[in-house]
Amino acid sequence: MGKEMRKKLMAITWLAIIIMVGCRGSSERAGEKRPEELSGVILIDGSSTVFPITEAVAEEFQKKFPAVRVTVGISGTGGGFKKFYGRETDISNASRPIRDSEQKECEKKGIEFIELPVAFDGLAVVVNPQNDWCNWMSVKELKQLWEPEAQGKIMRWNQIRPDWPDEEIHLYGAGVDSGTYDYFTEAIVGKEHSSRGDYTASEDDNVLVQGISTDKYALGFFGLAYYEANRNKLKLVAIDDENPENGNGPILPTEETVANGTYQPLSRPIFIYVRKDSLETKPHVEEFVRFYIKMAPTLVKEVGYIPLPSHAYEMVMRKLENRVTGTAFSGSKVGLSIEELIGR
Amino acid sequence: MEEKNDGKNRLVDFSMNNGSEKAFKAIGIVSLILPLSFLFILIIDTAADGIPRLNWNFLTSFPSRFPEKAGILSALVGSIYLIGLTAFIAIPLGIGAAIYLEEYARNNWFTSLIEINISNLAGVPSIIYGLLGLGLFVRFMGLGRSLIAGALTLSLLLLPMIIMAARESLKMVPLELREAAYALGADKWMVIRKVVLPLGLPGILTGIILSMARAIGETAPLITIGALTYVAFLPKSLTSPFTALPIQIFNWISRPQKGFHVNAAAGILVLLTVMLLMNALAIWLRMRLQKRNI
Repeated sequence: MGKEMRKKLMAITWLAIIIMVGCRGSSERAGEKRPEELSGVILIDGSSTVFPITEAVAEEFQKKFPAVRVTVGISGTGGGFKKFYGRETDISNASRPIRDSEQKECEKKGIEFIELPVAFDGLAVVVNPQNDWCNWMSVKELKQLWEPEAQGKIMRWNQIRPDWPDEEIHLYGAGVDSGTYDYFTEAIVGKEHSSRGDYTASEDDNVLVQGISTDKYALGFFGLAYYEANRNKLKLVAIDDENPENGNGPILPTEETVANGTYQPLSRPIFIYVRKDSLETKPHVEEFVRFYIKMAPTLVKEVGYIPLPSHAYEMVMRKLENRVTGTAFSGSKVGLSIEELIGR
Repeated sequence: MEEKNDGKNRLVDFSMNNGSEKAFKAIGIVSLILPLSFLFILIIDTAADGIPRLNWNFLTSFPSRFPEKAGILSALVGSIYLIGLTAFIAIPLGIGAAIYLEEYARNNWFTSLIEINISNLAGVPSIIYGLLGLGLFVRFMGLGRSLIAGALTLSLLLLPMIIMAARESLKMVPLELREAAYALGADKWMVIRKVVLPLGLPGILTGIILSMARAIGETAPLITIGALTYVAFLPKSLTSPFTALPIQIFNWISRPQKGFHVNAAAGILVLLTVMLLMNALAIWLRMRLQKRNI
């Protein structure tokens, strides 16, 4: 009887395997599409910062091409690139340029990619609204506060400027796995991924907003969109990079100062990376990327980011059409002009 | 004197017992009220945020960049498919394994090894199952980030719990009933089918309810295997990409705009409702089965 039971169990197991394999086969057949109809799946993953833009584009795209199924995941910029060079995605959202190591992986796997900047994001340095002393800071002061050597040493406001109160300073910032952290450290400390560790870190920027808005002696940084959504609970700090070439004195992040490059060094470009072979073998991917660049100026603004100047989008479109592969960067770079950014 | 002393002692003893019993009762009540009130506060808080947003549109729309237009359809359907598929895979396997271990397996070191491993597996953090699912189903078996890969991963997560619960309730079936069945000439298979399983089923169902309720709220393994955040279509096949309620809620919570936070609260209410409905269904089933047995 034991044997009989075992036989039945085996039969059930085999049945399950056959069903699974069968389903896989049929869906692959369904995936084979006729090009004139434009249908298929577009797989996108990567940065949570870029997500709202890509989501908006996907939403509009699917209204126009209902047979194309766009999926967007959030694995972070680094996680997204891992899937990208594992050939699991067609497009990767990135809030920083691709790293040398990631580029090498792409080369190893024979993946060519096109790097397309799609918007600017400003990083906001914010304090509590009750903070009436800190209206602006220089990059030097921020560096002094955030560099690794400051850990356990720079603990009070008056250590930064003597006329500031003799009170503990409480720091809040993006978690170390985020592109936001990479960019902030590159721009302020001068070395990517290097900062003091004794601050409240969270991957969820709403937690940082919550923390800073309830703590008079707090200071923190995160994406400008989170400041815009919580204007009444936070106070912006103007930033002075002490470089008169891009605007004199402390400058507040606004749509204008981020786009024209005077809010330096804390405005950064954000990107999508597209696999060249996806562009060439899947017409719906190409259509989607064109649509992305065409719609970016309006959609980027709608979801709280800052569009590139309009001539920049033309350049980006040309870059796509000419299939210019490779990156204009190696790691986070600060203060690039539009031309350098697109890499011509 | 002696009598008086005795009486006094007894009195003191008695009152002490009474006191410690009262204290125990108080502690019991407090430990019941405390978590319940936390739960209550959480639910009230969520409901206050979410109820105004709950309407038919919210249930039947796809995600959107406009919080007031965004809906939960793909996540809700994804979760229902996922849980249905998981149940379809995990329940027969779990009950089958339990029956084998309880009724057929010989009592040797190998069986005990399996038993120890199953109880250990029940305590493994869910993200580990996610990593296993990513390696085994998504990459090795090439199923991709699909509904079936998600369901298989959740099934792995639930199996140890279902097996353990099912075994416990099979053990509870009185020996006398089995012996009676054997005495009437039934063979082993018949005893299991006609006596052990029907009597054990209510208990097995309870175990399944608890594990399913856990599965529907699981986020970590789904994120690990790569369930997606923006999916504006319904799964058409087992290999379709998908999203699920906890993932959609997590995404909305982390957006800057207040409108999305309201959506998240409404999403939590939907998730809670689905869970309550599932539990209600299972309890109803169990009661029906119990009645039939009597």
